[in-house]
Amino acid sequence: MSQAVLDKLKQRFGEAVLETHNQFGNETALVKRESILEVMQFLKDEAGFEMLIDLGGVDHLPEKPRFEVVYHLKSLSRGYRVRIKVRLPEEDPVVDSMVPVWKGANWFERECFEFYGIKFKGHPDLRTLLLYPEFEGYPLRKDYPHKKRQPRLPLLKPETR
Amino acid sequence: MIKLSDTTKDLHTRYLTVMMGPSHPAMHGTVKMDVVLDGETLIDLDIDPGYLHRGFEKECEDHRWNQVVAYTDRLNYVSSIINNVAYIMAVEKLAGIDKKVPERALWLRMILSEVSRLTDHLTCLAAMCMEVGGFSAFLYFVKAREYFYEVLENVTGARVTYSWTRVGGVRWDAPEGTQNQILQAIKGARQVLKDVHGLISKNRVFLERTVKVGLISKEDAIAYGITGPFLRSTGVNYDVRKAHPYLFYNEMNFEVPLGVNGDNYDRYYVRMLEMEQSMRILEQALPRLPKGPVMIDDPKFKLPEKENVYNSIEGVINHVKLIFEDIYVPAGEVYSFVESPNGELGFYIVSKGGNKPWKCRVHPPCFPIMQSLPEILKGLMIADIIPTFGGVNMIGGEMDR
Repeated sequence: MSQAVLDKLKQRFGEAVLETHNQFGNETALVKRESILEVMQFLKDEAGFEMLIDLGGVDHLPEKPRFEVVYHLKSLSRGYRVRIKVRLPEEDPVVDSMVPVWKGANWFERECFEFYGIKFKGHPDLRTLLLYPEFEGYPLRKDYPHKKRQPRLPLLKPETR
Repeated sequence: MIKLSDTTKDLHTRYLTVMMGPSHPAMHGTVKMDVVLDGETLIDLDIDPGYLHRGFEKECEDHRWNQVVAYTDRLNYVSSIINNVAYIMAVEKLAGIDKKVPERALWLRMILSEVSRLTDHLTCLAAMCMEVGGFSAFLYFVKAREYFYEVLENVTGARVTYSWTRVGGVRWDAPEGTQNQILQAIKGARQVLKDVHGLISKNRVFLERTVKVGLISKEDAIAYGITGPFLRSTGVNYDVRKAHPYLFYNEMNFEVPLGVNGDNYDRYYVRMLEMEQSMRILEQALPRLPKGPVMIDDPKFKLPEKENVYNSIEGVINHVKLIFEDIYVPAGEVYSFVESPNGELGFYIVSKGGNKPWKCRVHPPCFPIMQSLPEILKGLMIADIIPTFGGVNMIGGEMDR
């Protein structure tokens, strides 16, 4: 149903759209990292995707580039859905923040940052959300051991507790 | 909204920072709110969730496909069946067997989803009414919830964490007499809802606490990605059951209740009306429940009968393979979503072809709603946190995963 959106994306952005598929009826486009903000702005303003439903990361460890950020968009007015993905290399996991486009991206990006260590350029307040600030490592990365323990935090002094 | 009067400067008053939670009677579920107050007016609000973080996604990556079902129970533990169904639908799509699941299993999934939706709405409204002082309404709601919990207990054998679905069907068939029990429960619940309507819906105290309190505009709700009753209370008609029908919802005759103002009262009322619609769906679905098996007829997914396990080598092998290795799901990615009582509940699952998910992300519907709370609440009184937070229906297990 949303194939038209993918066609339009390919037509408009050409080489910036690396790959598309619609496995199980989920129309998907893999977009170049440099043009993600432009693509999203286009999708919101011209294709009518008012809602950012979900944003999450995936770690494809031995593959390169290693990380992937996955956006699920929904258009209320036209009933379309589309999934946009962007791949990030391990050395430099940085991608543009979507907060200027959808303010709902704020917490999702904070969550993605603390679990995968992906940095969102232009995010107003990139700090931990579900974990605590002293947490060491990025727990959803595949090289973070499943049973790893965290160091015990020193107690606060009684007067500052 | 109360503005700072000029006298405040002369009095050298300071803003007061109060930490509400994580263990606080109003913060059901564990969440901390750092509230900055000027008198009783909220100046700033920072929400700090995560006290119930169990590493759901990390655990999923280390467990096999069917084992994850037990984890999904603990996401939204007030309507576990819907989580079970949402997850299993995603896996079945990936495995390519979503068309082969027996009809009876699908109908049962839909019926119990609606029963679960009722229990969730009843719990949410019970907590909301109790927190604004309506304790008798709480007792009525919990009484009605008990009727439905008994139905679920009867079918699944558990009261809260059901782990009832399996890839390819459901674990237990519904026993004889379930249809009648559900119809009886509906009858009881209708009476309770009538009583509560009489008690609460025009109650002056309740109206003062909820009408035009916690307002959110249509545009804001959409920009935050909010779904479910919270979005519908602003008048946006988006219900997954109508917009992207799954199971047999397209054959059911029901309406989507919409609010007008997007305030706490509308959220309360939308939920009240939605319960009636759920009961309508149940009444239509129960007579159509077909007879037949509840598990797919495929040895790759279905555990063999005990008789075969003990008497034939094929049965033993089949049993051992399924118990020790579980099912295999081909590589691919899928986002499958259902209408949970809080909104759109989605599972984004990536498989690399194996007996464990490579990635299993949940889109929790109360996550974007909690995100919008500071904007909703700024400028209101501290007491307005209570009904607003109650109307969000934040579930710690789902929010923090």
